[in-house]
Amino acid sequence: MPRARNPATVFLICLFCVCALLGQFPAEAKEEQLVITGSSTMAPLVSEMGKRFESLHTGTRIDVQAGGSSRGIADVLNGLADIGMASRALKAQENDLYGVVIAHDGVTVILHSNNPIQALTDDQIKGIYIGVITNWKTVGGLDAPITVVNKAEGRSTLELFLHYFTLSNRDIKAHVVIGDNEQGIKTVAGNPHAIGYVSIGTAQYDATHGVPIRLLPLRNIPATLKTVREGTFPLSRPLTLVTKSSPAGLMKIFIDFARSSQVHDLILKQYFVPLQG
Amino acid sequence: MSRQSRHVQEYGTTAIIWMAATMVVIPFLWLIGDLLWNGWTHLSWSFVFSAPQNAGREGGIGPILMSTMLIVGVCMGVAVPMGLGTALFLSEYTRHDHVLGRLIRGSLDVLAGVPSIVFGLFGNALFCQALGLGFSILSGGLTLACMVLPILIRTAEESFRAISREQRLSAAALGLSQPTTIRTILLPAAMPGLLVGGTLGLGRAFAETAALIFTSGYVDRMPESLMDSGRSLAVHIYDLAMNVAGGNPNAFATALVLVGLLLIINLFSSWIATRWTSLNQLPA
Amino acid sequence: MISSSSNISSRSKGDYLLSGTVRLLALMAGGLLLLVVSFLIHESWPALQHIGFWRFFSDPDWYPTEDSYQLTPMIWGTIWATAGSVLLASPLGILSALFCHFYAPPLLSRWYRRMVELLAGIPSVVFGFWGLVVLVPLIGRWHPPGPSLLAGILILTLMIIPTIMLVAHASIAHVPVAYIHSASALGLSRWSMIWHIILPTTKVGLLTGILLGLARALGETMAVLMVCGNVVRTPSHLFDPIRTLTANIALEMAYALGDHRAALFVSGLLLMGLVVLFVSMAEGLRHRNTYVATK
Repeated sequence: MPRARNPATVFLICLFCVCALLGQFPAEAKEEQLVITGSSTMAPLVSEMGKRFESLHTGTRIDVQAGGSSRGIADVLNGLADIGMASRALKAQENDLYGVVIAHDGVTVILHSNNPIQALTDDQIKGIYIGVITNWKTVGGLDAPITVVNKAEGRSTLELFLHYFTLSNRDIKAHVVIGDNEQGIKTVAGNPHAIGYVSIGTAQYDATHGVPIRLLPLRNIPATLKTVREGTFPLSRPLTLVTKSSPAGLMKIFIDFARSSQVHDLILKQYFVPLQG
Repeated sequence: MSRQSRHVQEYGTTAIIWMAATMVVIPFLWLIGDLLWNGWTHLSWSFVFSAPQNAGREGGIGPILMSTMLIVGVCMGVAVPMGLGTALFLSEYTRHDHVLGRLIRGSLDVLAGVPSIVFGLFGNALFCQALGLGFSILSGGLTLACMVLPILIRTAEESFRAISREQRLSAAALGLSQPTTIRTILLPAAMPGLLVGGTLGLGRAFAETAALIFTSGYVDRMPESLMDSGRSLAVHIYDLAMNVAGGNPNAFATALVLVGLLLIINLFSSWIATRWTSLNQLPA
Repeated sequence: MISSSSNISSRSKGDYLLSGTVRLLALMAGGLLLLVVSFLIHESWPALQHIGFWRFFSDPDWYPTEDSYQLTPMIWGTIWATAGSVLLASPLGILSALFCHFYAPPLLSRWYRRMVELLAGIPSVVFGFWGLVVLVPLIGRWHPPGPSLLAGILILTLMIIPTIMLVAHASIAHVPVAYIHSASALGLSRWSMIWHIILPTTKVGLLTGILLGLARALGETMAVLMVCGNVVRTPSHLFDPIRTLTANIALEMAYALGDHRAALFVSGLLLMGLVVLFVSMAEGLRHRNTYVATK
């Protein structure tokens, strides 16, 4: 009986050949590569910067990986990454590293747009977060229990918030704990009685694109990218590129590029605040 | 049991079963409906093939699709032979209650329960750092293979064990060697179960996110080799939905592409399976 | 392996090659767990050294940046979410498989199974995202805050039904057709046949499916992260928010350093301990119920 050509075998052989062929193409020789890891907040921005850099400087590869601010710093210390991304200022114990600020971001308190409240004082916000004020009617809103949304521990947004309101994480009585900014926005947008805090850029983008949230002013200063740029908004954080030693070579060229006006439009597109001048 | 009460029992159980089936269908249709409603308008051929722009809010998913296919290809290419081999070992070369068999089976069950993020960190430590592969499609595929192995092996082993003893005895009586027996008798007979394992494993590979963020990475460039970093469709969906403001529409569209891809692969693999089984089975 | 020869000299070369290859592959597969466990132990060692094992249960609460490392509420969160989802998904999955084989017309049966296969490949982020924007607001309207144990259970159920259903489906497919014919010949009703013949025969396969589903539920990270609320508190009722061990690792790993990071790996080890516990319970059940017909 003649052996029938087995389609599955043929398919598998073809697949194997394709994979083997693909493995043959080495990365272009003499290519200069930069590995950048760290904050997932900054990753989309730095990734776009990397793509523009590659188109201006042929033969370079800028690989951006996410994984968190601490991971970025750890990778830079271990030599696994050339540059780290941190969505905060360098801490005191990290002062043997070099940090360069490339943009600014603000942190705003948000409510659902159906919530009639237009502004809250610092004390009211503090009271809500430590569980002293539990119903919206206490601060002039509807008669409904407040759902408090807090950020997970270790996040720079949380540390900024705690520092500003002089609280410790233990004091906060949260009903929901979120990780990324968009999760916070979606949680508040899905609950008319929720309150949370997120990055201004993200919130402003979503609010102008129909997501039912409202950004609250802080100390009567409106929460917009404009006030962050002017420096009048009280809650802001620097987006930092971190290197192990003073940047040199390709690293320096890229970092200078990231601080230049050539990337202002990219920063604005991601809804962060570019550096002055 | 009287005839009447038997009828009632039959109607009752039929109703319950149809209800259960409906309860499973409704959330699925709801989910797919939401995906279609929100993502259909952003779907187009240029979306599928062009590169992402503006952090994925514009442009398409072409390079990401390629990276995903490569990652899944590596994963299944490694996991299927290894899984089949181990399943054969467990079913053909060990007794059901043999110590080594139970140990391996137990360790695979435990492996199936390891969180995906732990696999991601493990894969990062083993493949990216210790073996020096760095953030690459290869690292991602190998890590996924580790995750998918338990599913493949357990379902394959159950399928092999379900084949009756007579088939093996007949093969031995005819003087067939072991490889021939496996190829011509056991594999075709076990095919339904093997396919289930393959489908579940493939599904898991496409669906995995946390493990790949740490191993195959975040880069959305078109990969030129297996050593390049490349993000998978699931990682892209996560980034667009949770990290990038305004990424929702494209996240939905990407999810639709993923579901469409799965549908194509599933249909293709059942076609292959039918052909394989019919080619290798002796006429009744 | 059954072989036609008891005389070693007449074994073909292929037999030896095959035997050696499968043994090697099996050892590699078995060794994988050892690798993963040693990795976990290596990474959690600093925490075990500086913090000590019992503090993970005796500390007052979980505030790792303030040196407090109690894991108990999260362990309960994991257990309740997993148990709830397995309890819901097992009957639904098995009944669906029976539906496909015995109750649905052939065309419907094929497409139903295809639909479930698709469900198996949908990324956990899509489930989580859908849960966050559709399910959680619905639950929130019923009983605030919305993100809760209930949301977690429902999403996990949806995610593990395909595993349980597809494995059950395959097991039922392996039941010898002769059994079904004999049942008809004896005049058994459809349900009697299922209850008295199909289910006992496929018990082992069904348990495998449930076990794989349980493992998936225990290890699920992304989806529970988005819908469970992530508050570190032992749940007192279905609408309480919970944080599972896996969500905890995902939330904090990105920003943890030093002892905090090692403590997260300790929670990973604890999770594996839970898995080992459940798996041995299930294995015990299997061994009591298996009747070995094929070997």
